[in-house]
Amino acid sequence: MRANVPSYDLRVPENLPEALALLAREPGTWQPFAGGTDLMVLLEAGKLAQKRFFSLAKLAELRGIEVTADAVTLGALTTYTAVRNDPALQAEFPLLCSAARETGGIATQNRGTLGGNIANASPAADSPPALLAYDAELELISQRGARWTPYHGFHTGYKKMQIAPDELLGRIRLPRRARPWRQYYRKVGTRKAQAISKVCFAGAARMEAGTIGDIRIALGSIAPIVLRAVKTEDALRGKRITPAAISAAQECLAGKIAPIDDIRSTARYRLRVAQNLLEEFLLQLAR
Amino acid sequence: MADTVAKIKIACTVNGERRSVQAYPMARLLDVLREEMHLTGTKEGCGEGECGACAVLLDGAIVNSCLVPAIDAGGAEIRTIEGIAGGEQLHAVQAAFLECGGAQCGICTPGMVIAALALLDRYPHPGDAEIREGLAGNLCRCTGYQKIFASVVRACEARPAQPEKKR
Repeated sequence: MRANVPSYDLRVPENLPEALALLAREPGTWQPFAGGTDLMVLLEAGKLAQKRFFSLAKLAELRGIEVTADAVTLGALTTYTAVRNDPALQAEFPLLCSAARETGGIATQNRGTLGGNIANASPAADSPPALLAYDAELELISQRGARWTPYHGFHTGYKKMQIAPDELLGRIRLPRRARPWRQYYRKVGTRKAQAISKVCFAGAARMEAGTIGDIRIALGSIAPIVLRAVKTEDALRGKRITPAAISAAQECLAGKIAPIDDIRSTARYRLRVAQNLLEEFLLQLAR
Repeated sequence: MADTVAKIKIACTVNGERRSVQAYPMARLLDVLREEMHLTGTKEGCGEGECGACAVLLDGAIVNSCLVPAIDAGGAEIRTIEGIAGGEQLHAVQAAFLECGGAQCGICTPGMVIAALALLDRYPHPGDAEIREGLAGNLCRCTGYQKIFASVVRACEARPAQPEKKR
């Protein structure tokens, strides 16, 4: 059933201090509203339990992409379209551009934001695996100040995050690596356009004379949170890519993910596809 | 807090005209356009951002108006299907849809035309893959898409060459 629209409040703070003051005054009462591409769907479906929101639309501090010697830093309001079109991201962080390109249609990409994709905390979100593969860091801001925290570990359970009720996600920082890593991204959905993931895989690795010097593996839609496969990374680090190493990594991955049966897929299919994507990634590294 | 919030004034430009309406902040732009401004050319399909029937241009960028809260329309420049033709003179994209049979029942057509315009704004001479991507957010249950695709190709042929720009 449709929601009763008059019962929903959506305030528009004029600037960041005003927004942070609202959060600090009544912690947990007000929720940020960015592009609305998920919240408005819930609203229309009558499933939006939260009633009081504040729009981030006027917060200029949360916009823009900044490139420095060490990092590329994106405002939380950076849209998928802005991610796709940014030359620095295209050159060094293509997994994020792939994720943006494969999220919804153009109309959704024009509205949806990277910060929203993180803070909405869907385990089926497509940019978080890429962010984990890049060791992204998050800036959380409040009246108490700003702090940077690794994105890995930010999600602690289904829709649960390490963020205080008075904090707002401000920026996302991607450390630039000295030498480019080999990268792999693949989203598997029911169809190519506009599908929500059954499994989403992002991988990055630095190869050293035929062995894996360092590696990151992250997956979406296979657990209550988007997951970085740390044990699988450990099993692969320092190894040559042989059939035995691939099998061992696939077995390790199976023990660490927890896919479920739901409207989009089955646990069995998701596990198999996750393992197949891992193999495809590793075989590409071996080439 | 009361159970309901007050309506707010939304002032924006729609199809070149200054408009001002009262709306609840979380009302869907789609409903504001259709019910307050009586611009019923914009259609509701799925109501969840999948089908593109409600697509409009918001400050030049295509959006699904079912997913835009009214408050975000404040100060914005909006173009709906009613503002695409120049009086009786159809836009090249509209003419191409007519010529190629790109419209059947017509429910998806306003969104398709808006998507085609947004596509041609980004790529005046799009390749096949760009056209497919540009229309991927719009669903049609009648045409099988081939005639819509052909309409966009025809519209490109009808337009003068312009430098490429990316958005």
